[in-house]
Amino acid sequence: MNLYKEAKSLLKINIREYGMYIALFVIMLVFTILTDGLFMSSRNISNLLDQTGYIAVLAVGMTLVIVIRHIDLSVGFAAGFMGAIAAILMSQAGVPVYLTIPIILVLGIVIGMFNGVFVASVGIPSFVASLAGMLIFRGALLRVTEKSGTVIVEQDSFNALGNGFIPSLAEAGGLHVLSLLLGVAVIFLYVISELSARRNKLKYGFEVVSKGIFALKVVFVSFIVAYITYIIAGYNGFSWTVIIMLGVTAIYHFLTTKTVLGRHIYAVGSNPEAAHLSGINVKKITYIVFGSMGLLSALSGILYTARLNSATTTAGTLFELDAIAAAYVGGVSAAGGVGKVTGSIIGAIVMTSLSSGMNLLGVGISYQYMIRGGVLAAAVIFDVMTRKKRG
Amino acid sequence: MSDYILEMNGITKEFTGVKALTDVSFKVEKGEIHCLIGENGAGKSTLMKVLSGVYPHGTYLGDILFEGAVQSFSAIGDSVRAGIAIIYQELALFPDLTVYENIFAGNEVQRGGIVDWNRTIAEAKKMLGKVGLDVNPELRVRDLGVGKQQLVEIAKALSKNVKLLILDEPTAALNENDSENLLRLLRELKAQGITCIMISHKLKEVIAIADKATVLRDGRTICTLDAAKGEIQESIIIKNMVGREIDDIYPKRANRTFGDKILEVVDWSAYDPQLGRSVARNVNLHVRKGEIVGIAGLMGSGRTELAQSIFGNPKGYRLEGELWVDGSPAAFKHTSDAIKAGIAYVTEDRKGDGLFLIQDIKSNITAANLSGISSKGVINDNEEIKVAGRYKESMSIKAPSVEQIVGKLSGGNQQKVSLGKWLFVGPKLLILDEPTRGIDVGAKFEIYTIMNKLISEGMSIIMISSELGEVLGMSDRVYVMAEGRIKGELPIEEADQEKIMQFATQ
Repeated sequence: MNLYKEAKSLLKINIREYGMYIALFVIMLVFTILTDGLFMSSRNISNLLDQTGYIAVLAVGMTLVIVIRHIDLSVGFAAGFMGAIAAILMSQAGVPVYLTIPIILVLGIVIGMFNGVFVASVGIPSFVASLAGMLIFRGALLRVTEKSGTVIVEQDSFNALGNGFIPSLAEAGGLHVLSLLLGVAVIFLYVISELSARRNKLKYGFEVVSKGIFALKVVFVSFIVAYITYIIAGYNGFSWTVIIMLGVTAIYHFLTTKTVLGRHIYAVGSNPEAAHLSGINVKKITYIVFGSMGLLSALSGILYTARLNSATTTAGTLFELDAIAAAYVGGVSAAGGVGKVTGSIIGAIVMTSLSSGMNLLGVGISYQYMIRGGVLAAAVIFDVMTRKKRG
Repeated sequence: MSDYILEMNGITKEFTGVKALTDVSFKVEKGEIHCLIGENGAGKSTLMKVLSGVYPHGTYLGDILFEGAVQSFSAIGDSVRAGIAIIYQELALFPDLTVYENIFAGNEVQRGGIVDWNRTIAEAKKMLGKVGLDVNPELRVRDLGVGKQQLVEIAKALSKNVKLLILDEPTAALNENDSENLLRLLRELKAQGITCIMISHKLKEVIAIADKATVLRDGRTICTLDAAKGEIQESIIIKNMVGREIDDIYPKRANRTFGDKILEVVDWSAYDPQLGRSVARNVNLHVRKGEIVGIAGLMGSGRTELAQSIFGNPKGYRLEGELWVDGSPAAFKHTSDAIKAGIAYVTEDRKGDGLFLIQDIKSNITAANLSGISSKGVINDNEEIKVAGRYKESMSIKAPSVEQIVGKLSGGNQQKVSLGKWLFVGPKLLILDEPTRGIDVGAKFEIYTIMNKLISEGMSIIMISSELGEVLGMSDRVYVMAEGRIKGELPIEEADQEKIMQFATQ
């Protein structure tokens, strides 16, 4: 029974962190019951994750922007604009796909850096600077798509990023083999890293959780990964969008939790003056965070254009607010200094799950907006309450 | 029936664990100018906050009688309605509003929620006349000098039918001319029957203007001096202000031998473009290896600004003069350059710009030296816990673990975290800005002990402090600052409280 007690106290301490996962679980469970299992079907989950992709990568970048106490409203139309440029480069200028993608990503960094300069060096509030950016990119998007209207992309390799799947290699009982292998590899790496982290802690003589809890946690997480893999392998396997989304998450998670740069970002967010006095270059950190935001906007634009096989005149509309909502649902604090990349990804999945589930149930769009708004408010209220409790 | 307008009896105010005021009594007669004096931290501002209702009734012990009636103010608005107005050192004006808007801010001339601007302007002119300020009331306050802004504040107080006017260091930011004008105005107001309490550090002013003067020290009333009895004299005031014996809370240091100059500034000036004035002027000072140099002076004398201008200049002052570190000229573009050169600066405002309050102890301790726990930019979490644990141990930081959020620690423990952060950088010169402000005696002693240990390990320390006891107890040499200048330099053998106070109140 000690195991139960330990688990309970761990849950209590980390309720803020786990709250998001619990919420997602509850939402999925409710929709699964209401739709007689249709929600958790391979096809629906696969679609749901693909829909999340272009918002999720924005939410990752937005997390860092909000952590350093800024905001970036320009990312939606910036993504739309860069997606259009990509489409034009490929279909009108004949630039090959393998050149187009790096060009667009670099363009994204440059655009982000511009925002960074306006905010950090000129001292314009980020809300205003990025609002201006939003209008500019909206105009720019219209300008480049004005003549032809929608720009069709015919390069299959590019479009695969938005709606293609990784190759299967072989077929086994209707399951996607490479996806299964990937899932197994992820579980394997996860178990290895957990074990080595535990061994390292013991080597330093630090306290670790009991063996029972440790085993429970490893088995539980492995099971979740295995289950999701199984579901996805039942349809077409992992899509390129999901692979990219996972890759971005993994890189940013590592960056924010394990590196000096990540520490500096959170230091700037929790107290910029103290960060400056600690020898941290606050301006440089601001450039980097906005630069990364620009990079991820470009990626988002690429994913969206690929998903539609074309660039449209309204691409990117309201992406920025979806990304901001995902970040807040994911536990990012508006006061700065607090927020996890993984949380924002979960936040993005929560928001798409709501739309997807309600679509399956045939809930009207008017109610959908209200319910999503309610969930956003509830998430922030939960965040404020748990923080108050902790002092 | 006495003709006291204000009686404060047995006021005791406690902040979690620290007694700021102990059984203070303070009586002011109608129509007098009463000065309230004491060192920084003596409890003057706290007493005035009790009076004005910033600390509401019930959070302190004791009675306040105003015009003979017991008062229980629960907010500032209550004391304002009773006729008490406080003018703080940092003016509470809206710089981008006009003079007349400022005078009637919160007290608008209105009918049914609609402001009557014409009457407002007319009334404002009347009030400006009362304080002898001849400016167009339609000017923006930002465009007035500090002296005139102060008069606007007073006009604002007068518009509310003030009976008791409290001025907190009104002349601290004023030049001599403006100061004299202000004192003249106070005398005029006195003639109109307005009672005035003035908190001041400038003894000359006190002597010039006060009818009575009450001295506070360590949160207690020491005495009330009466000008009519000839008691308001510099020597008497200073004696009462500093009267405390220096007890042995300052641990002894055996070895006092000094090496080469580790830092020197020559003709150092710093101009603050935001304030539009110089915060440090022609400063010359040096620190030798193994030396504790005290910088004494009152708040606002430019000590913090001087320290920060040396430490990589985070506020972006315009600097002039020479900076020498270890015998070679140095120029720091950023705080990180100063840190690389072996200088550390522990801020006076540990909550404001010192600590990351929402982060844990370990992240705070390693924040200024992450390279010490990382390789190729990747942090070794376990190494970090080990390092933080070491400092937690050696400085006896009281917390359940190094994962404790710093915002939840007591002041003394927060200060130790602050200090630990800079010791982990391994500096040659440690600048401590008010190292023991707001912490209890036990923690003070621990900090002093740590300082002595660092000196014995070959470090040098600049200690900025408003506490004279601390300056005299810990320093090897003392500089006294006032108005951005070094007014005096005293070897510790020659320094005493009276001399320092004289320099500081010049």
